[in-house]
Formats: sequence, C-alpha cells, structure tokens
Amino acid sequence: MPRTVTLTIDGASITVAENTTVAAAVWNLNGPDMRVSVERQSRGPICGMGICHECRVTIDGRRHQRSCLIHCQPGMEVATRHG
Amino acid sequence: MDELSLGCVVVGAGPAGLAAAVNAAESGLRVAVIDENDRTGGQIWRSNRGALHPNAVRWLERADRAGVRFIAEATVLGRNRSDEIEVVSGDRPFRIKTESVILATGGRELFLPFPGWTLPGVTGVGGLQALVKGGLDIRGKDIVIAGSGPLVPAVAAELKRRGATVNAVAEQADFVRILSFGLKLARHPRKMFQALQLGFTLRGVPKHFSCWPSRAEGTDRVERVVLSGKRGTVTIPCDFLASSFGLIADTRLARLLGCSVDDRGIVVDEDQMTDVPGVYAAGECTGIGGVDVALVEGSVAGLAVAGRVDDARRLFRRRSVEQRFAAALEGSFALRRDVLQAVEDSTVVCRCEDVRWADLKDRESWRSAKLLTRVGMGPCQGRVCGAALCRLKGWTDPTPRPPLQPVPLAALTSSGQLQPR
Repeated sequence: MPRTVTLTIDGASITVAENTTVAAAVWNLNGPDMRVSVERQSRGPICGMGICHECRVTIDGRRHQRSCLIHCQPGMEVATRHG
Repeated sequence: MDELSLGCVVVGAGPAGLAAAVNAAESGLRVAVIDENDRTGGQIWRSNRGALHPNAVRWLERADRAGVRFIAEATVLGRNRSDEIEVVSGDRPFRIKTESVILATGGRELFLPFPGWTLPGVTGVGGLQALVKGGLDIRGKDIVIAGSGPLVPAVAAELKRRGATVNAVAEQADFVRILSFGLKLARHPRKMFQALQLGFTLRGVPKHFSCWPSRAEGTDRVERVVLSGKRGTVTIPCDFLASSFGLIADTRLARLLGCSVDDRGIVVDEDQMTDVPGVYAAGECTGIGGVDVALVEGSVAGLAVAGRVDDARRLFRRRSVEQRFAAALEGSFALRRDVLQAVEDSTVVCRCEDVRWADLKDRESWRSAKLLTRVGMGPCQGRVCGAALCRLKGWTDPTPRPPLQPVPLAALTSSGQLQPR
C-alpha cells in the first residue's frame, strides 16, 4: 500500500502518492498552467529541474517557490497563478 | 552567521558530484555536497516517485559510510576568499571554510523559441521526464517529442512504457548522421545495446528525421504541433509537446568564480583542476558526455583534491575511453540553421520578462538588449533565453553576477557578496 500525502491546492484538498512533486500534483489536478506572466499569459513548467522558474507557485504563504523542486508535504497549502 | 570548516565542498549531487565526494571522503577529507534539490541524485539519477536508481543507491551508501554531509536546497552565492565560500539554504546564509571546491553543476537542456513554445503543456524533453518522475500522470496522453540528441528517443521510449501514446518523434539532424553515430556506438557495446532496446520499444512510433517543431498551437494549452522538414509540414495533435535541442554545460558558477570556459564547458587539466587554484570541475559541466564519463571524472577530481594523484592517474585510461563517446556525440547532432528560423517577430523569447523577438533581433549586444528590454533579467537570469540568443544572435553569454539564483533579501543582507568591491 503506497503511502499518501494530503495537501491543499487552490483551496481543494487532494491526496497524492508520497514523493510527488508540487508541480506534478498541480498539473495532475488542474493542468499545466501554474503562473501568469508579466503580460498575463498562462505559463507552465518546461525544465522540470529548477532552471526556468515557470512553475512558480505560492507555498504556505511563501511566493515564487519552484514547484518542480519541492515535494508535497502533509498539510501544505499551494496557490497557483499568482505571478 | 553560521560557519562550517571542511576539507572539500562539492557543488552538485549528481553522478559526478557523488563520485567526487565519495573519493575525497574515503581519502580522509571532511566533505559536504551542496545541491539545490531536496534529494540527492541529480537529474539522471532523479528518484522515480521515491525510488532511486540502483547505481545511485550504491554511491549514496558509500557516501554515507564515508561520512559525506548533504546540504540540500542550497545555492552557492560565491567565493569570498580562496578559503571560504558562501551558501544560502532556505533563508539561512552560512560560510564554509574550505581550501578546495569541486564543481559538478551538470548540464541543462537547450531550449529554442518557436511560435507557441510558451503554451502550457510545451516542456523540455528531459523536463517532461523529470516531471513524470515527480509523479506527473501521462497515461493515455498524446505526446510528441521533437528536438535533438539521444535524450529524444530515450524519453520517448520511457513515456511509451509508462502508458503514453507517442504520436511522433522528430530529430532535427539528418538520418545519415544518426546512422553514423549509431555505428560509432559499436565501440561501446553497452550503449549500443541500450540504443537497440530503444529502437525496439519505439517500433511503430512515427519517426521524422531532418524535422523540427516550427509552431505549437492551442487556445490555453498546447493542442497540436506543426513539424517542418525537407518534405514540407505535418500537423500532429498532442496533449504534451516535449522539445529541446540537446544538453549544454552549466558553467555559470564556474564563470562566477573566474574559471575559464570554452564551447564545451569548464576548462580543466588532467587532474580535473580548473585554472583557478583550488577549484576543480567534473561531469557534464566540463562537456556533455553522459553518466559514465561523469563518474570517472568525478572520481579523478575527488582523488586529486585529496592528493592521491597516482590513484587518480589509474583512471585516466577509462576516462579517455568514455570521452571518446562524448566526442562522437558532439558532431552527430549539430544544429541546422532551419531550427533557428522558426522564431517570429511576435514570439516571446525571454519567458521571464515577456520580451519578443521583434524587440531583440536588431540589438547589437547582450548589454544593449538588456538595458533596453530587460531580456534575461528575470528570475531565471537568462538560463533559458541566454543560451537561445547565443545561437540566434551569435552573442556570448555575459559573465554572471551573484546571486545566481534569486535568494531572499534577508539572506543577502549579511552576505559578504553584497559588499562593494
């Protein structure tokens, strides 16, 4: 039985397998658009390894966190499309 | 501010970094490995939903036994003096006293802009692989992989095994060149076997050579891709488009520390030492060659740092065999000009600052482009658009300045890196 983690993404409570990155959890739930660019275009991750900064989300109130580098933790609160 | 005193600091916890750390620590040095990620392994040994590659497990066990310390989620700010580097982990800055640094900063994908490449759902090739290893679900999805290099078929095969429908694989290089690369693999039986396995997994998948992505289309996300080639264009529907044009050495930290670099990567001598005393480099950051050469180079660097030069020499022959593979790799996937001509005036080139090609194409230098458009001045600091513009415009990457990654202001205020020079 794989262990799971429950967190909140944009107000919705979801349960994912342990070792899921925040970027993967967001994409599986809502699709690839994670942030809004300076010209208000929707953007999603391209590099998956912390280079491009296109997967930036707010995690537990800290803005501009690279969601591809961070694994889901119990009780984590994630907000997307902040900038 | 916290301080730590060590014999050697390794930057990067991929194969080269781990091999370097293990060899230095087993020789009696106190060693720490610093990495931006929260886990060890780097990209090629990135854990697959928590499961590590068996080779990574072996090196990590050795690292553990040798007492190697792992400093996770950390970024090097710079080198204050020849015996001190400065690191930020989270909001916490600290200094590490160390005589020697081994750079194992790896490589990154070369991304090239084409209309629609900013649509969500368009990723890198290794980028998509990394996201999938992090739990992204691709079962039943339509995927197109278009770009260049051995990563293209490797990732296509992996995604297919995991239940994706691979609608097309496109390689911009000519079939003849790929064939001759394949023949050179005969001298590396294990790699030849891997290539044959890939071919078998990808049987039935449409493969296009001399073919590149010229446009991605969709309303809010990518829905289809237009591939161009000698025989005209073809439009293929997809939920995901993975596109990148090979790997490039990540030399930013090396250049920040003053090390010389060339077209391949950081310049090192036979002991993997750079031209800055006390600074060594190993793995992809010294030239793209894959995991096997990275392990040997890392081992040489670790032994050399510990003064075991004779033991390091015993590895030179193996290293040169592996480096021959790297050399074969290099010429085979040379970038065709057509790929660079896909960009249009309205194409966003700098994704951080939304700077379009129309505002960049007539600029004379990086400097004037930066001053007038803010290109390359966003959070990624030109990691994506910089490499693309070097190819589109023939510019050379400007010398990076600290900090290489955005860090909280609180961490910078106590940093020696902010002092006037």
